[in-house]
Amino acid sequence: MKYLTPASFAEAASLARDASGVTRFLAGGTDVLVQMRADIVTPDTLIDIKHIDGVRDIIRGADGGWTIGVATPGAEMKEHAELGAEWPGVVEGMDLIGSTQVQGRATLTGNLCNASPAADSVPAMVAAGVEVTVSGPDGSRRVKAEDIPVAPGRTSLSKGELISAVHIPPRGDNGGDAYLRFIPRTEMDIAVVGCGVNLRLDGDVITEARVSLGAVAPTVLLVQACADTIIGSTLDEAALDRLAEAASAACNPITDKRGTVKFRTHVAGVLAQRTAKIAYGRAKGETK
Amino acid sequence: MALDEYKPQSGDAELENKELKYVGTTPDRPDGLDKVTGKARFGADLSLPGMLFGAIVRSPHAHARIVKIDASKAEALDGVKAVVTRADFATGLEGEYGFVLENVMAGEKALYDGHAVAAVAATSALIARDAAKLVEVEYEVLPHVTDVDKAMAEGAPVINAAYADASVPEGMHPNVVRHHESGHGDVEAGFAEADLIVEDTYVTEAAHQGYIEPNACVAQMGSDGKGELWVCTQGHWYVQKHCAALLGMETAQLRVTASEIGGGFGGKTTVFQEPVALALSRKASRPVKLALQRSEVLRATGPTASASMDIKIGMKKDGTITAAEGTFRLQGGAFPGAPMEFSAMCAFACYDLANVRQVGWDVVSNRPKQAAYRAPGAPMAAFAVESVIDTACNKLGLDPLEVRLKNAAHDGTKASWGPRYDQIGMVATLEAAKAHPHYSAPLEPGQGRGVASGFWFNHGGETSVSLSLSEDGTCQVSVGTPDIGGSRASMALMAAEVLGIPYENIRVTIADTATLGYNDVSHGSRVTYASGLATIKAARAAVEKLCQRAAAKWGIEEDAVKWEDGCAVPSGANAGDFDPLPLAEITATMGSTGGPISGHFEATPEGAGVSFGTHIVDAEVDQETGATKIVRYTVVQDAGKAIHPAYVEGQYQGGAAQGIGWALNEEYVYGEDGRLQNTVFLDYRIPVASDLPMIDAVIVEVPNPGHPYGVRGVGETGIVPPLAAIANAVSNAAGVRLKSLPMNPPKILEALEDQAGDA
Repeated sequence: MKYLTPASFAEAASLARDASGVTRFLAGGTDVLVQMRADIVTPDTLIDIKHIDGVRDIIRGADGGWTIGVATPGAEMKEHAELGAEWPGVVEGMDLIGSTQVQGRATLTGNLCNASPAADSVPAMVAAGVEVTVSGPDGSRRVKAEDIPVAPGRTSLSKGELISAVHIPPRGDNGGDAYLRFIPRTEMDIAVVGCGVNLRLDGDVITEARVSLGAVAPTVLLVQACADTIIGSTLDEAALDRLAEAASAACNPITDKRGTVKFRTHVAGVLAQRTAKIAYGRAKGETK
Repeated sequence: MALDEYKPQSGDAELENKELKYVGTTPDRPDGLDKVTGKARFGADLSLPGMLFGAIVRSPHAHARIVKIDASKAEALDGVKAVVTRADFATGLEGEYGFVLENVMAGEKALYDGHAVAAVAATSALIARDAAKLVEVEYEVLPHVTDVDKAMAEGAPVINAAYADASVPEGMHPNVVRHHESGHGDVEAGFAEADLIVEDTYVTEAAHQGYIEPNACVAQMGSDGKGELWVCTQGHWYVQKHCAALLGMETAQLRVTASEIGGGFGGKTTVFQEPVALALSRKASRPVKLALQRSEVLRATGPTASASMDIKIGMKKDGTITAAEGTFRLQGGAFPGAPMEFSAMCAFACYDLANVRQVGWDVVSNRPKQAAYRAPGAPMAAFAVESVIDTACNKLGLDPLEVRLKNAAHDGTKASWGPRYDQIGMVATLEAAKAHPHYSAPLEPGQGRGVASGFWFNHGGETSVSLSLSEDGTCQVSVGTPDIGGSRASMALMAAEVLGIPYENIRVTIADTATLGYNDVSHGSRVTYASGLATIKAARAAVEKLCQRAAAKWGIEEDAVKWEDGCAVPSGANAGDFDPLPLAEITATMGSTGGPISGHFEATPEGAGVSFGTHIVDAEVDQETGATKIVRYTVVQDAGKAIHPAYVEGQYQGGAAQGIGWALNEEYVYGEDGRLQNTVFLDYRIPVASDLPMIDAVIVEVPNPGHPYGVRGVGETGIVPPLAAIANAVSNAAGVRLKSLPMNPPKILEALEDQAGDA
């Protein structure tokens, strides 16, 4: 196994392009190292991107949005007061992953590229409208978070490409986001269903909304039908009923050791309602 | 655990009536500093010069004939020093030895997913892992069955046609391998007297003991045929005997040392990788470390049995139980031995019943060989029986603790399983539960309360203890029961009590098999009782010698010297003639006054007192998701006498915590292919700390007449009531009876939906 520590994303991309066999990028390593130890993947080339300048930074952009470095651990995000105040859903989604020790290493980028349908930070990123910069041997491009995973364990990145930054849009006024997951325990578990909601209000009325679902389909879903049920509403009972129905209807889950089709479909509706209520309360400035 | 012939103790057979100075206090644990600083050495913490690393090749099939094993590619890999298969073990073993060998290394057939079929030893753990993948095993896959009811049904694949013993009636499926029946009275007549009959079927899934330390050992076989084994185990004499038999050695040629143990709960009362490590070491002529991965622990070490049970109870309007009947079908994996007789015998043991009948069936299937798990067989039986009693109470509008008090077994009751009880604490635990503020605390909306009682036999077992005094007046105690629950502290407290010297002056060590007489395994809640009894008697033997030395010094009769508060004191006619002579003054000159002073005791004590407990649980159910939260939990249990109360509380809390896991989320999930789906702790959901409330522990003390200080074992009874108490709380919170464990969210939602459909 070759272990490489490039000093730039361009170098990382060309190393990956030229590598043969199985290649893995190493940021926090909370998936890669576990898979290696469990004998699931043994890479021929391991490219550690933590030595690239700025990869642990959280930077406020000129437009008021945020750029998160690809090796920024969850613990850094949680400690960042401004980021948490503006995007509590994104920060909570990240924070739900693993233990305190894991939080010291795990990253948004790693969670996205691991491409698990049950990834906790991904529905929150998708609802928030996060985009990422993908760097490759031929330059870079911006991609929506929801377009990175294409199937369980597979991404849309081609050989030699890697994510070099995560961009969270400007929060703007009267907005709020939230993420909830269902697990049978209270922590240290994998989402049976996850739901992210991000919305904006004009007075009491929802004017913009993005609703995402995790662990109910091969990839995290951005469900426009769910958003449509609550846009124009005050999140009244009727809107919540329609939201639950739309969320359940969007599900295409499997039955496995973590949950059944029936259970996941039902709980997706319940979670969509609960998540939307939290996001709504935040948008109104009533809750944090 | 071998079932003791219960010997009710007459009166206070052993009880000492004196004020206790050390027993009942809670000093610091002697192993605490080592464990929090990382100095304690567990199974995988020993390394020897030239040591190799082992890896086991496991069957990916639930049931398959092993056609051929070709290890040539593995043997050719650089760094590989040995490959073993069944051919490297003893032949002609019968009975339990035969079953254990078959489980440790498959012969003609692989009987479950994860069954060991070969093993390799190499110069690094990574090379061993790669080499294991190079061992080519050709299988002929056979039909499999992993469910207890399906395994008994017509047409189910036969695991082994020769398993069934003479207790099984003709006409049963060959997978039904043992049968038990017991009880007394006339149940039909009893049911005829009842105002209400409740009859239902309950099922539980297998649960793993969930010990945090995976099984691990270091084996070293010499070319002279002598062997050494360092191992994490609950019983190293058991390991010695079984490994010697499986390797075809003489027992005394294998010396076994028990490491510190990171949890056992019954699961480390047998052998898995130990004989394999020894066989690899013998073949390679080098030491071999063999430490299992978590996935191997879950796939191939023994969980508890799973159960399917039919219960029928008749009750009068006033709550009197007129008759009780139960059938317990237990699946214990691919070998006979599921503890169905314990399920049957414990099921109704809490109650004084005129008419009771219980039947057990031991069923084999394509799952790993079950191993003991705290009170094996009893928790699932209590789940079924106590749920049915709760149903009857709800239907008749009766208070569940009052109904249990009305029917409770008491001193002199003829037990459902045969004998008459001596002095027991069932009523005392119920009274304490009733008086506890928890029982009358108001519930929030969405919450439900459940209570349940439970019984366990407790065990004595072969026991040897040796105790020696040092010249400076300190004391060393050698016991042979690995410390799985604080026994070093308890032994030191009991020795301190007899000798009259401070707890801190006593060091208790778990001796290896070469340095002490035989000891049964640390199981059956026997250690504080049996090793404790032996420690007391060994200390008394030393005291007798101390008194003799004092008598000789003073020139008075031996029986004119008594032992008080750590000193020899002249008594009777000689009272006051001499100043008290402290222990340290006697030991200071012991070399020239008759030689070293020590004491020892060997016996198989038979007065282990039976134990009862009653639990109160409040649960909150989220009606929209089926999620359950345990909001309050109280354990009430009879300890006889708590030697070290903090450790006793820990046992109570641990039983409740494991019960919460088993009741709510732990289960073995097998796919259609017969493979275990959840082989890591991420998906095998033991509770995490934040899942648990603070568990209140109430120690009731109804002394056991069979122990000098009244000790009853406390390690197992604590896991008997939780499944039922939690099920009753959840059922009362949800408004629907849950009859299948685990009560995970999908199952609770399903039950709520079914009920809504009925309405």
